[in-house]
Amino acid sequence: MSIRASTTDSWPIVGAPRRAGFARRLRRRRTAVAGAAILAIFLAAAAVGPWLLPYRPNEADFEQVLRRPSWAHPFGTDNLGRDLLTRVVYGARVSFLIGLLGVALSVASGVPLGLVSGYWGGRADLLLQRAVDILLAFPGFLLALTLVAVLGVGVLNVVVSVGLAAAPTYIRLMRGVVLAVREHAYVEAARAVGASDGRVLRRHILPNCLAPLIVQSTLQLGTAILTAAGLGFLGLGVRPPTPEWGTMLGEGQTYVFSSWYIATFPGLAIFLAVMAFNLLGDGLRDALDPRLIGPQGR
Amino acid sequence: MSLGSYILRRLLLAVPTLLGVTVVIFLLLRLIPGDPARLIAGLTASEEEVQRIREELGLTRPLYQQYLIFLDQLRRGDLGVSAVTRAPVAEEIAQRLPPTVLLAVCSVTVAAIAGLAAGILSATRPGSALDYLVMAGAMAGVSIPVFWLGIMLMLLFAVTLHWLPAGGYGTAAHLVLPTLTLSAFSVAIIARMTRSSLLEVLHQEFVRTARAKGLGPRAVVLRHALQNALIPVLTVLGLQFGALMGGAVLTETTFAWPGIGRLLVSAVSSRDYAVVQGVVLMFAVIYIMVNLVVDVLYGYVDPRIHYG
Repeated sequence: MSIRASTTDSWPIVGAPRRAGFARRLRRRRTAVAGAAILAIFLAAAAVGPWLLPYRPNEADFEQVLRRPSWAHPFGTDNLGRDLLTRVVYGARVSFLIGLLGVALSVASGVPLGLVSGYWGGRADLLLQRAVDILLAFPGFLLALTLVAVLGVGVLNVVVSVGLAAAPTYIRLMRGVVLAVREHAYVEAARAVGASDGRVLRRHILPNCLAPLIVQSTLQLGTAILTAAGLGFLGLGVRPPTPEWGTMLGEGQTYVFSSWYIATFPGLAIFLAVMAFNLLGDGLRDALDPRLIGPQGR
Repeated sequence: MSLGSYILRRLLLAVPTLLGVTVVIFLLLRLIPGDPARLIAGLTASEEEVQRIREELGLTRPLYQQYLIFLDQLRRGDLGVSAVTRAPVAEEIAQRLPPTVLLAVCSVTVAAIAGLAAGILSATRPGSALDYLVMAGAMAGVSIPVFWLGIMLMLLFAVTLHWLPAGGYGTAAHLVLPTLTLSAFSVAIIARMTRSSLLEVLHQEFVRTARAKGLGPRAVVLRHALQNALIPVLTVLGLQFGALMGGAVLTETTFAWPGIGRLLVSAVSSRDYAVVQGVVLMFAVIYIMVNLVVDVLYGYVDPRIHYG
């Protein structure tokens, strides 16, 4: 830590052995490895699946409507005769994309505000924190739902709703971390040798915020996918026929009495993807910061 | 400071947040693309009619005046009129509130009992098979999409076994599946928090003292350790109530439960903004109040807190 206090560029050297220790700690957490493995399978399926599967996601086949799972259709077919395995695989692309873009938006909007609020404090901090208080008075999913009510449905609006709904959490998180880091001796030292605020923020404070930011974002990826799927299930998310897991599940509920598989497989995909991010996030938290023990959930 | 004045102070502190919530909800209706008067009047309405509604709603006045009118209406319990049913929003909410409250109370009760029990069992046997089972179940519980869990339970207990109704409202049997569905996430969160909090407390000096003076393990855990472990659990119970309300919207839709969650979903679908506004306000107020109650409960659980 003391070397990082200097304003030289020497901190990656200290970082290297620390990173090795981090990788070892992460590998020791078998649950985190399991999470990463599930994600790898999803990503591989999303990447190469479309070339391996004989069907298109929106290809209707009225000769093959509501077929039970079989070798030709491992997950069965839906009410339009579309192959459900194909739709779940394409759905991974849609859901992961929404998750990534949503979290990117939360980070892009929440992190700068949290940094500024925590670093400078004062009246701006006070105002911003009251605003965050107010936004946090809306439960997360309801905030996203309300934003969709204003913006309308569709992929882009779902991303914006999911992303903005989580922004207050990021502001709060970053502010808290900055408040703790700001008091460290090396920050004071950097200021004492004449580093500008911008430089202190970029080179000394932000690197120390990365660990909680990475953990939060990993967990948030799961939450974002879950929220987007929830909106889709309510018919307020991604518009059909785009193969989004939640939307597919909502469509499948109509047929739950006759065709169990339509709702089952997209939901299983959401469940596994969210659990993978949660497992990885918990593992990252334990590996990045041994002081934080135990899951707190959200 | 006495408990009474502490509660009063907390209530006063909640006022700015509540006012802020009304500002956000007020602005929301104004942010909607398009003309709210036109929306309410319908596409076939004449320009004169739209103008009449515009004046009726006060849309011709400056924004801050509109907000003050909105606040004044709120004060009188007037949440506007539904664009779809033409009924007062307050009436619609009052009608749909009891089923939601019933579902929420049952779910929180189940979650508190099951979550605490699982957490205690787990923390008192760390590293055991039971501990792993509880933690794996808790991981599944926080990850499972509530609407999917609902459909899977419906498939098992209603479609396959015919034990319980698949949806609807009215008898105790109708309550079982929605309660199980909605409480799953909370059970998991409470179990995790109870476990980690209790594990920490069990390593402290006073627990060793209690053991040393010959108290049995049951008395040590339930009378000494648990009370101290409950504080973080309470915090989580309050905070996750927000997730519970979001889950209620999804659960009510899954099981055709006639609560305000379903009212909200149908209002968003039909762009009935007055209803959206009213329900979201209702949810936010409930959330703030629940966390206020949790704050007050700290005092009962932790005598060290002097309502400072």
